[in-house]
Amino acid sequence: VRIALFATCLVDGLFPDVGRATVRLLERLGHEVVFPEAQTCCGQMHTNTGYQREALPLVRRYVDVFEHCEVVVVPSGSCTGSVRHQHAMVARRFVDEPLARRAEAVAARTFELSELLVDVLGVEDVGAYYPHRVTYHPTCHSLRLLRAGDRPLRLLRKVAGIDLVELPDAEVCCGFGGTFAIKNAAVSTAMLADKMRSVLATGAEVCTAGDSSCLMHIGGGLSRLNAGTAAVHLAEILASTKDGR
Amino acid sequence: MTTGMPYAPPGVGHLRGDQPFPVAARAALANSQLRRNLGKATRTIRAKRAAVVAELPDWEELRAAGQAIKAHTMARLDHYLIQLEERVCDAGGTVHWARDAAEANRIVTGLVRGTGAAEVVKVKSIVTDEIGLNEALADAGITAHETDLAELIVQLGHDRPSHILVPAIHRNRAEIREIFLREMAGVDPGLADSPAALTEAARLYLRRRFLSARVAVSGANFAVAETGTLCVVESEGNGRMCLTLPDTLITVMGIEKVIPSWRDLEVFLQLLPRSSTGERMNPYTSMWTGVTPGDGPQHFHLVLLDNGRTATLADPTGRQALHCIRCSACLNVCPVYERVGGHAYGSVYPGPIGAVLSPQLTGIEDNPTLPYASSLCGACYDACPVRIDIPSLLVHLRARHVEEAARSRRVPGAEAVAMAAASWVMASPARYATAQRASRVGRLLRRDGRLRALPPPLSAWTAARDAPAPPAQTFREWWRERRDDGT
Repeated sequence: VRIALFATCLVDGLFPDVGRATVRLLERLGHEVVFPEAQTCCGQMHTNTGYQREALPLVRRYVDVFEHCEVVVVPSGSCTGSVRHQHAMVARRFVDEPLARRAEAVAARTFELSELLVDVLGVEDVGAYYPHRVTYHPTCHSLRLLRAGDRPLRLLRKVAGIDLVELPDAEVCCGFGGTFAIKNAAVSTAMLADKMRSVLATGAEVCTAGDSSCLMHIGGGLSRLNAGTAAVHLAEILASTKDGR
Repeated sequence: MTTGMPYAPPGVGHLRGDQPFPVAARAALANSQLRRNLGKATRTIRAKRAAVVAELPDWEELRAAGQAIKAHTMARLDHYLIQLEERVCDAGGTVHWARDAAEANRIVTGLVRGTGAAEVVKVKSIVTDEIGLNEALADAGITAHETDLAELIVQLGHDRPSHILVPAIHRNRAEIREIFLREMAGVDPGLADSPAALTEAARLYLRRRFLSARVAVSGANFAVAETGTLCVVESEGNGRMCLTLPDTLITVMGIEKVIPSWRDLEVFLQLLPRSSTGERMNPYTSMWTGVTPGDGPQHFHLVLLDNGRTATLADPTGRQALHCIRCSACLNVCPVYERVGGHAYGSVYPGPIGAVLSPQLTGIEDNPTLPYASSLCGACYDACPVRIDIPSLLVHLRARHVEEAARSRRVPGAEAVAMAAASWVMASPARYATAQRASRVGRLLRRDGRLRALPPPLSAWTAARDAPAPPAQTFREWWRERRDDGT
C-alpha cells in the first residue's frame, strides 16, 4: 500500500525521530511511504483554544494536500482525532459545506499508526526487538476519540525482548491538554504528578504512548526530576530491530 | 454569538466565582487534606458506578434514549411547559413563572410570608443554591433549615456546596464531627466520628424540625408534562419527610427539568441512580401531583425558573447542556475536578457540566475561564447518562468566547495575535519551514539536550517540566536530504 505520512507539526519540528521511525517501520513492512511536503499542521491547537477562524486555513490545507492520497498515517492519536472529529465541524462553523464534505472523505482514509497497522495492514507482529521494561499510557484521544482500544498493546506484546508492564490508572489523563498545560499550569502539573507516580511505580525504563504531545508532557516531568524513565513514542519501539535496521 | 435572551443576573445567587478558575484552583491544589478527601470519595463512587452500569446489557441504548427524550423536549420546551402548568393547576397546584433568580426569590419569600411561617425545611436542591434562596429568606427574617445530611453539614459549616450530589464531599468524618460539635445545638459532647454516630446526631437534630415545620421548599428531578407530576429522588428519606409533613410545599424547578410523559421516567429512573450514587435504585422516589385533600401538603406551588436557560436554549450547539439530569457522574470521573474540588469553579454547578452550563447561564464574559478548565480528556462524555458531548461543548464555548472578545475589543490580545501569527505561518509550507529554522535559535538555551527555562507564556510549562530542544534537523529536512541522496 502507498501510504502518505502526515508527520504533524510537533513531530516535524521537535521530534523528527518519531517521523523517521514511522517511515522505517512501514518500509520494513514492504510499503511505500510518501511525505507530501506541502503539509503543515492539523489546526487542533487553534480549534481547541477557541480560534476556529484561524484553524480554517489549516483544515483547508490538510484537505488539499491529502485528499488524493489512498491512505494517510499519523503518528498521533490526538491529531488523527482532530482530523476525524473537528475538521468538518470547523468548516461548517464557517458555512463551508463543500469543504466539510471533502474533510469527511479524507478523514475516513486517515489513520493513527496503530489503527493503520492492525486494521488496514492487518499486522500485529511487526518484527520489532526492544529489550526494555516498558509501560504504555493510552492517551485520551486514542482511547476516547478514536477508540483505539488495545491495538497498541497488541502490537507491543508481539515485540521481541520487551518486558511490558501494566500502568496503574492508565486511562487517567496526564494533564497535557494542549494550551491547558499553560493556561491551567498548576492543575496540569498536579495531574502530571499523579501520572508520574503511576509510571514510576511500574519500575519501567520507558513510558510509551502514541502521541508525542502527551509524551513531551510526561517526559518533560520525568526529565525535570531526573527520574531515570524515558518517554519514547510507540513508533520508535516498533521500528527497533535486533540489527538496528 | 450572543443569543439576545437575558442571562442570569449578577449580584444574586451563586453562579459566579470571585476568582478566575486557574487562581482558585491553585489555592485548592495546595490543600492536601482536600486532595485526599476528594481522591478517596471520587474513587469510591467511580467504582460503584462502573459496577452497576456494567450490569445492564442495554446501558448504551438507555443513554441514547435519554439523549433523544431530552433533545425532543428542548425542541418543544414551550409546549411541554404550558402543558405542565395546565396539569398542575388542574390538580390543585399553583404555577409561578420566574424570569430570574431575583424574581424566584421574591415569589418564594412572598409565599412563605403569606403562610405566616418564620421557618422552612428544605429538601436538597441545587437550584435553590443557584438562586441564593436561603440568603433571600434570611433577609426576610425566615430561617431555612437544610435537611439533606450533606447540605446540613455545608449549612452548619457556613460553607458552600462543592459537588452536585455530595455537597460536603470536600469534608471528611473528623471535620464533620468538629462542625457538629461547634454548631449543632444540644449535641452530645462525646460525639464519635463514625458514620452511624454522625448520622444519629443529625437525625435527632432534624426530627424536631420536621415535626414543627409548616412550609417546605424543594427542587425537582423531573416534572411530567402529561400528568403534572413532580418527582424527587433521594437516599435519606429526609426529602420525603419535607414533601409530606408540612401544610405548604413550594417547589423551585429549572424549566429544563420537564419531561413529556410518565413513561419517560422508565428511562431516567434507570439512568440517574446508577450514574449518581452507583445504586441500582435509590431508596426514596417521591412523586406528587397537585394536592390531595386530607393527605400531604394542602397547598402546592411550583416556581418555574429561567435564569439564563432560554439564553442557553437559543444556542443550537450549547443547549445540550440543558439535557443534564444532575447525576454528577462527570464530576466523579473528571481528573480536574478530582484534584481541585467544586469551590474552584465558583458556581454551584462545578466540574465538566458546570464548565459548560455556568458560562451559558451567566453569559461567557462573566465566567470566561470555565470553558478552559478542562484538558478535553473526554472521560465526562463517556460517563454522561444522557450523552452530553461535553468536550465538544467546551471547544464550542471557547470559540464563542474568542469570537465575542474579538468583537468587543478594538486591539486584539497577545494570545489572539500569537494564534493569528501561527495560523499565517502554518498556512504556508515555505513560511513554516522558515519558522522552524528560526526556532533553532532555541538550541542555544539547551543543556543536556533539554530546555530548563523558557520566556513567558511558555515559562508556565518550564516551571515544572523540561521542554525538548529543537533538533538539529527537522523531519522535512531529513526527508528532503534522503530523497536527494536517492536512498
